[in-house]
Amino acid sequence: MNLRLNWKLCTILLILPCSFLIAFTHYPAVQALLNSFWNNASSRRPSKFIGLKNYEALIQDDKLIQVLLNSTFYAIGTIPIAIILAIVMALLVNSRLPATALMRLSFFMPTMLPMVAVANIWLFFYAPGIGLTSQILSIFGIPPINFLGDTDISLISMMIVAIWKEAGLFMIFYLAALQSVPQHLKDAAKLEGAGSIRIIFDIILPLLKPTTIFVAVNALINAFRMIDHIIVMTRGGPNNSSALLLYYIFDVTFGHRDFAYGATLTVLMVLILGVMATVQFWFLDRKAHYQ
Amino acid sequence: MRMMFKRILASVVGASLAAVATSVQAADLEFYFPVGVNAPAVATIEKLTNAWAQKNPQHTVKAIYAGNYEETTLKALTAAQAGKPPQVAVLLAIDLFTLIEEDVIQPISDIAKSSSDKEWISSFYDGFMVDTRFEGKTYSIPFQRSTPIFYYNVEAFREAGLDPKSPPKTWDEMVEMGKKLTVKDSNGNVTRWGTRIPSLGLAGAWLFGGLVVSKGDVLSTETGTEARFDTPAALESLKFLKRLAAEGAMAPGGITWGDTPKAFLEGQTASIWTSTGNLAFINSNANFEWDVSFLPGGDGPGAPTGGGNFYIFKGISEEEQEAALDFVRFMTSPESAAIWSIATGYVAPRADAWETPEMKSYSANLPQALVALDQLPYAYREFATFQRSKVTQFLVDAIEGVVAGDADPKEALKDAQDKANDVLDEYK
Repeated sequence: MNLRLNWKLCTILLILPCSFLIAFTHYPAVQALLNSFWNNASSRRPSKFIGLKNYEALIQDDKLIQVLLNSTFYAIGTIPIAIILAIVMALLVNSRLPATALMRLSFFMPTMLPMVAVANIWLFFYAPGIGLTSQILSIFGIPPINFLGDTDISLISMMIVAIWKEAGLFMIFYLAALQSVPQHLKDAAKLEGAGSIRIIFDIILPLLKPTTIFVAVNALINAFRMIDHIIVMTRGGPNNSSALLLYYIFDVTFGHRDFAYGATLTVLMVLILGVMATVQFWFLDRKAHYQ
Repeated sequence: MRMMFKRILASVVGASLAAVATSVQAADLEFYFPVGVNAPAVATIEKLTNAWAQKNPQHTVKAIYAGNYEETTLKALTAAQAGKPPQVAVLLAIDLFTLIEEDVIQPISDIAKSSSDKEWISSFYDGFMVDTRFEGKTYSIPFQRSTPIFYYNVEAFREAGLDPKSPPKTWDEMVEMGKKLTVKDSNGNVTRWGTRIPSLGLAGAWLFGGLVVSKGDVLSTETGTEARFDTPAALESLKFLKRLAAEGAMAPGGITWGDTPKAFLEGQTASIWTSTGNLAFINSNANFEWDVSFLPGGDGPGAPTGGGNFYIFKGISEEEQEAALDFVRFMTSPESAAIWSIATGYVAPRADAWETPEMKSYSANLPQALVALDQLPYAYREFATFQRSKVTQFLVDAIEGVVAGDADPKEALKDAQDKANDVLDEYK
């Protein structure tokens, strides 16, 4: 029995989600764009329309160049490693090895913790001399490494924390996808004489492509969105070596209280993310095999 | 029906008049405060605010712990911008110019007009009052003030063959003694460093200010429009920090403020440079003999003052103003200042607090508490200008670039100075 679609009801029911979307996504974005054309109000004078002057300051900002380089390196570092780690963990957990329940729990535990708690745990791990990693390194006779206080290493330390936190979440997605791979495909491959490595690379991984696209988009969003660990552990330092774009926006807007420049940076970030999302969906979507 | 309506209207009007009449003297105070050191600060503040609330039953006060100094400032400013400022808050003394520029505070000297109020304002140490004044008015009142001091492990000194009664007074002595105090294990890795000076973030900039003062210069002045980064004193201070690491007296790279006391207590360093506000924490947790002294200085003793003051916000009612002033006077009375100082180690900012019997017996039992007070004449205000957060970041970047990276000190300071001048020239 076909029910006729009641257009009036649909429209009314969709107005509520649409208004949320406009209120919390489109309106702030447009407002940020408008704010970026004005300068800051202060107690001595109201804010003035200054056109593109904020964008000129943006182009001349060398701290921004450092921040963008950091963000790029951070994204390139965390996304592939987190994905590969998630696939490996999912394959492990889905196998017939003993204690898979314990493995599942321990791989997923970091994801359940709030990022601020994770950051504090890793602050203890990283503390030079008294932290856990220093103690482990000293057992092997290796000199302690200053993870958070060295301009060359601080960004990598932040990347490790991020990968540790999010790989568990991606593992869950891959686990679900693995369990929906039809058994008859694997059996057919075994009959043809394929070893398990061959099965993984030629059958399972291609079928995981849709999940990989989803996970990659999520990882990209997280690479830009998760900055709690930077706020807690290094505050972008030393000397801006671990500052990411969203952390820079936070620091400029709420630390320096430079709301106009913060709006300008926000517009930049929205543009960057929009371009990347378009590229990801267009490029990866063409190669996916959906069942 | 109309009679009913008239009666209801009359009773409603009557009730609201009565409510207004009883609340004309009552005020609800919101009090934001930060915690910047390892100390039972929250419990002590609550004890003090409850004591005031008991003496003033017509008012209510809600003490709200708002995180560290930067977070508390952020919360207070955000609330003020939203039109609901806290009536009173403890914020960094150096936030003065930011708060004035955002026009959210009122000078306490404008509210405190009676002769007893004026006497109260003049009873504080001048060393802590210099950074409360701007354009002839007093904007804030000292509450949790400190200078950093040099804590050292007496047993470590004896092990290294050094006399615990003569801690280092100059930078050269610090380097020499630091090298002797450093202990390595059989693999050649250091298990205990000679000293530990936090160099990262705002805390690193604070201690750096003390180094500059000990070389005879300052980082900023009372105008709020001058930043002095590219000076010989600052250059020498950066070189001293590098020298400590290069000669093996201090761990290389950036050093965090937060776990410095813990590193001292765990024997990972033989001495630390940190706030006197950590005194109570170290006293109750050290399982070795320890002592304190002035910070080793370049050309003589020097230190920065730091810590938080009471501010009263604008946009609050008359009753709230009066209640807030009364609250601040209570919290900074000699007895309250003594309780606060004993619980934390912060320097009581007024002379009569040190004369109370509690403080006298406390300082007899723990003479280390007097060192920060004795250092006060050699201390100068912490770095503060308009757009403080932005301008301090230039200094922080320069220090971090040199200590945690391989930036050239002279270039880093010059770069910071140029950027600071760009920002501050607008205000001159």
